[in-house]
Amino acid sequence: MIPASFEYYRPKDMAGVIAILQEHGDEARVLAGGHSLIPMMKLRMAEVPHLIDMQDVGGLSDIEIGPDRVRIGAMVTQSDLIDDAALAKVAPILREAALQIADPQVRYMGTVGGNVANGDPGNDMPGLMQCLDATFVLIGPDGERAVAARDFYEAAYMTAREDEEVLTAVTIPLPKGGYAYEKQKRKIGDYATAAAAVQISKDQNGCSAASIAMTNLSDTPIFSEAAGAALVGTSVDDAALKAAVAAMLNDIDPTEDNRGPIAFKKYVAGVILRRAIERAWSRA
Amino acid sequence: MKDEIDNRDERVANLKGLGCSRKRVEDARFTQGKGNYVDDIKLDGMLFGDFVRSPYAHARIKSIDTAAAMEVPGVLAVLTAADLEPLGLHWMPTLAGDKQMVLADGKVLFQGQEVAFVVAEDRFAAADGIELVEVEYEELPVIVDPFESLKSDVVLREDLDPKAPGAHGPRKHPNHIFTWEAGDKAPTEEVIANAEVVATESMYYHRTHPCPLETCGCVASMDKVNGKLTLWGTFQAPHAIRTVVSLISGIEEHNIRVISPDIGGGFGNKVGAYPGYVCSVVASIVTGKPVKWIEDRMDNLMTTAFARDYHMTGKISATKEGKITALHCHVTADHGGFDACADPTKFPAGFMNICTGSYDIPTAYLEVDGVYTNKAPGGVSYRCSFRVTEAVYFIERMIEVLAIELNMDAAELRRINFIKKEQFPYKAALGWEYDSGDYHTAWDKALKAVDYDGLRAEQAQRVADFKAGKTRKLMGIGLSFFTEIVGAGPVKNCDILGLGMFDSCEIRIHPTGSAIARLGTISQGQGHATTFAQILASEIGLPADSITIEEGDTDTAPYGLGTYGSRSTPVAGAATAMAGRKIRAKAQMIAAYLLEVHDNDVEFDVDRFVVKGAPERFKTMKEIAFAAYNQAIPGLEPGLEAVSYYDPPNMTYPFGAYVCVMDIDVDTGVPDIRRFYALDDCGTRINPMIIEGQIHGGLTEALAVALGQEIAYDDMGNVKTGTLMDFFLPTAWEVPNYETDFTVTPSPHHPIGAKGVGESPHVGGVPCFSNAVQDAFRPFGNRHTNMPHDHWRIWRTANELGLHD
Repeated sequence: MIPASFEYYRPKDMAGVIAILQEHGDEARVLAGGHSLIPMMKLRMAEVPHLIDMQDVGGLSDIEIGPDRVRIGAMVTQSDLIDDAALAKVAPILREAALQIADPQVRYMGTVGGNVANGDPGNDMPGLMQCLDATFVLIGPDGERAVAARDFYEAAYMTAREDEEVLTAVTIPLPKGGYAYEKQKRKIGDYATAAAAVQISKDQNGCSAASIAMTNLSDTPIFSEAAGAALVGTSVDDAALKAAVAAMLNDIDPTEDNRGPIAFKKYVAGVILRRAIERAWSRA
Repeated sequence: MKDEIDNRDERVANLKGLGCSRKRVEDARFTQGKGNYVDDIKLDGMLFGDFVRSPYAHARIKSIDTAAAMEVPGVLAVLTAADLEPLGLHWMPTLAGDKQMVLADGKVLFQGQEVAFVVAEDRFAAADGIELVEVEYEELPVIVDPFESLKSDVVLREDLDPKAPGAHGPRKHPNHIFTWEAGDKAPTEEVIANAEVVATESMYYHRTHPCPLETCGCVASMDKVNGKLTLWGTFQAPHAIRTVVSLISGIEEHNIRVISPDIGGGFGNKVGAYPGYVCSVVASIVTGKPVKWIEDRMDNLMTTAFARDYHMTGKISATKEGKITALHCHVTADHGGFDACADPTKFPAGFMNICTGSYDIPTAYLEVDGVYTNKAPGGVSYRCSFRVTEAVYFIERMIEVLAIELNMDAAELRRINFIKKEQFPYKAALGWEYDSGDYHTAWDKALKAVDYDGLRAEQAQRVADFKAGKTRKLMGIGLSFFTEIVGAGPVKNCDILGLGMFDSCEIRIHPTGSAIARLGTISQGQGHATTFAQILASEIGLPADSITIEEGDTDTAPYGLGTYGSRSTPVAGAATAMAGRKIRAKAQMIAAYLLEVHDNDVEFDVDRFVVKGAPERFKTMKEIAFAAYNQAIPGLEPGLEAVSYYDPPNMTYPFGAYVCVMDIDVDTGVPDIRRFYALDDCGTRINPMIIEGQIHGGLTEALAVALGQEIAYDDMGNVKTGTLMDFFLPTAWEVPNYETDFTVTPSPHHPIGAKGVGESPHVGGVPCFSNAVQDAFRPFGNRHTNMPHDHWRIWRTANELGLHD
């Protein structure tokens, strides 16, 4: 459980970070909270000859609530998310989800940026950000660009981020309606057996909009557009719930692991989604 | 003066003796990070050793190339079996009478097996060196199933003569280790064949691991000038380790000093001898420098001693009224690549023959077959006396299955079969003599405390609601009644490697009335420094706060067999009381001399000897202690010291009654423990607070094992649960609130009536949690499902019973 040797850098600004990334390409990685990267380095599953510690780079730890969007700096920790009362008011699903990530000690260190950028299908924030239609802000040698969370994930640990880019912030349109983050796990600290993020709105005709994303049920987070669509225009009755679950099951592709076989995961995914929709709908 | 005579209660309280919830004296250092564990030991010039381990479960080793590793800066040596062979140290004896490779000798038998030992200036260089040792393997067919192993043409242990008997008698197959029997086969089979009711069930008690917080490790330091070897390590039995090291290394025992410093949990994992110890000693001899070896978590989970892995098949017969008439049990025991169980020599399946449990079963038979497979060696008693969790799980499941067969309440079935209070001492059909018990009183108290009838009524309503579609949660009521067998043990039938399983205590009273006592045991968190001082305080009348307890240094402590199997209080605790009584006997003579009366005219009273009938004439133990060192007393040697080696006349048999109430989400398989009630009877209670702590810890480990903790292998012998991500270690979040309760039935043969308690909650807890899960599904036709009851397996049970859409 000892990583291979590596060079450690601690630049003071983003230009310094990008310069190191340009020099070393995919041999360099940035380090935020370290709760995904460092275990992989210790297991020697990730070899990182050049490790760039981000903690002296300022300006990445703010939560800004604007009229239309929330902007969360990449170095904001899960604990910061939980503690921000104003954020809990405008986007309560972030707090509900963050409270289900790992344990308090990990949440003091683990960051939003690291969670979404690493591309680990077990992480909770990627699916949540897809549900919320978040945008990821990336900075590289040629300046900033924005990538939709729904377009960011390509495969496990493979994302739209280029080797020379750093994810600096997440911006989220202010969520509307009811919400729920529902997660089944074997114990505190575990990844999800299945997790569902649901944001749902209602008008006089019933459900007016619904957004659904699932976690740890494929090699990427799964934004299930069809599952959301199955609810729109309905009164979110049993038939609509069944249709949404069926649509979601069509989109996910779980694999067997120690949490259980595929049939179990699919069944539980359906149960978890149904519960998430019911809870979100009750809050809409 | 009169106050001092009259305030007897205060004098008793000042001692903080038996029955006092004295705060743990160890905790000041543990809670401040000031403990001294083996990895805290740092010596000048100390090197670090670590292993190249096999990625394969069964493979032949074609070659090992260490050249590239030797090029790594800081790497000093790479040891292989070829280097150890000239010293005769490439194999070592196991505690079970088998032998085990120290470093792979031509082949490997399990994933993670030690192949080479890299010695470097620090652990980082060692880790880099390991990466560069090139081992060429030729994969061999892998056997992870013991039943398949007994049919296979693949011989796992090519070093053994396939026809020759093993350490425990004849072998049926090259992959067979032993057959062990207890009880009467023919009469048992006859009773069962003619019985009114018979219940049959097969169950697998899965492989798991004790997973102590601190992993195993050691520091070996060979002083080439004076020829002395000092070995610090995580040893649950330091004296036994000293003897083993002497026997295999040829170093005379007086030149070996073994020290167990603070130990962060053992639970059986730290009883055996591991290749890391041998390699560290050799590396220290070769380099002339101290060498440290510390496992990481994966090493610990994948390669050091596992627990359980018993495939058990039972038949239990009864009358139509539910009176049990006979029990038959067969076990196929998966021991892995080497038989490295840590059981007393005559008991290769431990005390599995306690499997008649708490019940008056007139006829019984047990047969255990030990088998080699391509899994890690071990087979230790994880927080239980030897194989007692397996035995208690077996009988408590068989009782439940019999209750189903009889269509009877399982609490009532237990009640009508309990051994009765007046039957003690009770000679069980499989050989043990239970010392004392009052099972009916404990059972009635437990059932009343939880309102058992009320729970059953609630459960019936829940089943009705479930069938009516009003709820998706079922309710399970888990029952268990266990009898432990602890305190190994009488030398007449218990030894390890020929060492009798007595234990010891040596006491020195200092002139000013304080004392030090040294024991042959070693605390790993049990709180010995607190509780043994309490035993002594009550025996010798000096305050526990004035008594230091020291263990773990073989140069200073008297010889003992260590701490495991809840043996410390039954054996070393008895030695402590007996040594205290020797002190008291001499103190009585000193007191009589000082008081100018005959020895028989004084009597002990809390903290002093008083002249009979004249309570104002007394000498306190403090005064007596001083007199022992400054008075020339005719016929008495100066000083006040004693030593006792205690060979217990029998085991002790703690027992308990547990009830668990659980709600189960049928759709997700998630269990929610609503209530857990634990009544324990461990005889005389030394420190109620420590007992309660032990029960909380043991129940939590029971919850872990029952609900998810396992060492799982795939068909290729790969360990699937080698990290704490997948190996279930419950946190405060997963643990319910435990309600503890007790009755007191002292052991008649133990000097203070104590029985040992550390492992009871684990022994009784595992079947209780499991029975709760199984009971929830009983109304829908469930008979038995195997542990661990993790979410997907509970879901599978519900699914197979047709409870899903």
